[in-house]
Amino acid sequence: MPQHNVDTDVIMPKQFLKGITRDGLAAGVFYDLRYDGGGKPRPDFILNRPAYANATFLVVGSNFGCGSSREHAVWGLLQLGIRALIGTTFASIFHDNCFKNGLLPVTLSPEQLERVQAHCASPEHSTLRVDLPGQVIVLDDDSRIEFHSDPLRRDDLLQGRDAIQTTLMSIAEINEFERRHWAAWPWIKPRQRPP
Amino acid sequence: MRGAPGPATLYQKLVARHTVRWIDERHVLLYVDRHIMNEYTSPQAFSGLREAGRRVRRPEACFGVVDHVNPTAPQRTLQIADPQAARQVDYFATNCSEFGIEYCGILDPRQGIEHVVVPEQGMALPGMVIACGDSHTTTYGALGALGFGIGTSEVEHLLATQTLVYEQLKGMRITIRGQLPLGVAAKDIVMSVIGRLGAAGATGYVVEFAGPTVADLDIAGRMTLCNMIVEAGARGALVAPDETLFRFLRGRPRAPHGGAWVGALEDWRGLRTDPGAAFDQELELAADTIAPLVSWGTSPEQVIGVGERVPEPALEADSARRSGMERALDYMGLRPGTPIQEVRIDRAFIGSCTNARLEDLRCAARILEGRRVAPGVRAMVVPGSTQVRVEAEAEGLDRVFIAAGFEWRQSGCSMCLAMNDDVLKAGERCASSTNRNFEGRQGRGGRTHLMSPAMVAAAAVMGRIADVRSLQPGA
Repeated sequence: MPQHNVDTDVIMPKQFLKGITRDGLAAGVFYDLRYDGGGKPRPDFILNRPAYANATFLVVGSNFGCGSSREHAVWGLLQLGIRALIGTTFASIFHDNCFKNGLLPVTLSPEQLERVQAHCASPEHSTLRVDLPGQVIVLDDDSRIEFHSDPLRRDDLLQGRDAIQTTLMSIAEINEFERRHWAAWPWIKPRQRPP
Repeated sequence: MRGAPGPATLYQKLVARHTVRWIDERHVLLYVDRHIMNEYTSPQAFSGLREAGRRVRRPEACFGVVDHVNPTAPQRTLQIADPQAARQVDYFATNCSEFGIEYCGILDPRQGIEHVVVPEQGMALPGMVIACGDSHTTTYGALGALGFGIGTSEVEHLLATQTLVYEQLKGMRITIRGQLPLGVAAKDIVMSVIGRLGAAGATGYVVEFAGPTVADLDIAGRMTLCNMIVEAGARGALVAPDETLFRFLRGRPRAPHGGAWVGALEDWRGLRTDPGAAFDQELELAADTIAPLVSWGTSPEQVIGVGERVPEPALEADSARRSGMERALDYMGLRPGTPIQEVRIDRAFIGSCTNARLEDLRCAARILEGRRVAPGVRAMVVPGSTQVRVEAEAEGLDRVFIAAGFEWRQSGCSMCLAMNDDVLKAGERCASSTNRNFEGRQGRGGRTHLMSPAMVAAAAVMGRIADVRSLQPGA
């Protein structure tokens, strides 16, 4: 999907945001692009083409995931079987949401992305391997495209850490910070609604 | 950047104040003073807490507002016809009640769009860090608070710990000088900035708006700037607190009172970027050269002056951008070279956290005074909050809107994102005071033209996109 600025409204339209669970979102991904007004699959949409129907990686244009903070976009992509997004730039909230859910956004230079795009354009040899610990994409011909990822986020993802549990290990520090913070700026301390 | 001595930006000072500890060279554990919540990005976070048997660490720092899915029909009722939306509101009310969080439901006299309600109540104060599961949380920068949007996983993290693992961002200063011409609004400034920077031009940055034009803007105008700069990718925005802000805050229900107010003021007056502090990027803008702007495409970066023509993709050198333009024109049903003022509209919408405050409604009403909405155009006003609605009615603005043929509705996010029943039909074209013109944003196949509230009023009257300057009183 080479187009720029694919926003989260396009990735997960509004009618799929009204649940109270994370379930059932695969159906919503790129809904207006995948299906016509009558709900029939559009044969020209990339993920509806047989060679790409079981894609695990999505090669995307710049600023992918811009707009609304809706994490439903990431949940839906994962439920559709997407494991990594390969692009040049990602919108910031979307990028955070990806890492929180184990969907890897891979950031390449435009030149590197062109190589990946060219590779994926011919489905007969369009497999590739994304090696996160090694920070490299390996194509069928064994050529390698190196990428960089943030060490903290990479470790969290590889180890599947519970971020909340990790932070709660610092609870004493948070308590101590809060005491100092409220002492320095007493007006900042939250209070229950005044009567 | 860690603990760097020497001059600091306002953004760096706010992060430093809220750093519980450094995690690595780029990340801090950031303390968050207030957590604003809504019904649609919170349910899975509350469920996550329950499943893990965790509690909300500081319920008194949280505030829940129903805004995204509620209907805005003129008669308020708790009934929501859409069963999914009703269930979402219901679950939100239950969660707030069970976890001890203050809840602002549909019938609450404070109800409205979260980013309108929170400043109105004096809950967002200078020097705070505020997070919310909504991208437009950057709005609070106008109040000297660092606000930013987060996803639902982070909502859960924040509920459980009152902190976030936060990546320090780069700083961009946008300095604006010169007098805003008549008919040109804060909306036009920020649309002009987005047009120049592009939809990802501020990704990785927190933007500080500075300069005499910003100092002259009222708080509503500054909120419009800070709110919509997220459409350039910014993850935060700030305006240094000043006397205009202190006048705005004084006496609001949740602002400090008495001795606490005096102490707070003393601190707030020092909240500014030090002379000589370095920004990673600087942008200057001359306000007197800005014309009223209109978006023509499907990204907020695709804007032109109201006197211009729909652009020609053939003139774009970059092939990806060119095909993006072609795709946008196709979706929008526009031909290159058409004067944008010849484009007829079906709907007019004044609403959203970008432009539905009392000041916005006043600007629109001034254009509508003594005029009528063009035949065939359906026009709606959805005030930013119930308070805004009440205040507007006290000024008689509702009568101006109704006399002109606008629907005068109740508050909510409404047709900004069309999660409720306010939706464009396929092919309908809308002049909209909102923030996003994405494909399908206001309804599948709907076509959105972003503009200021006064420009929406002008379009409603003319039945086509129109130059508000020709309709200004005295013009």
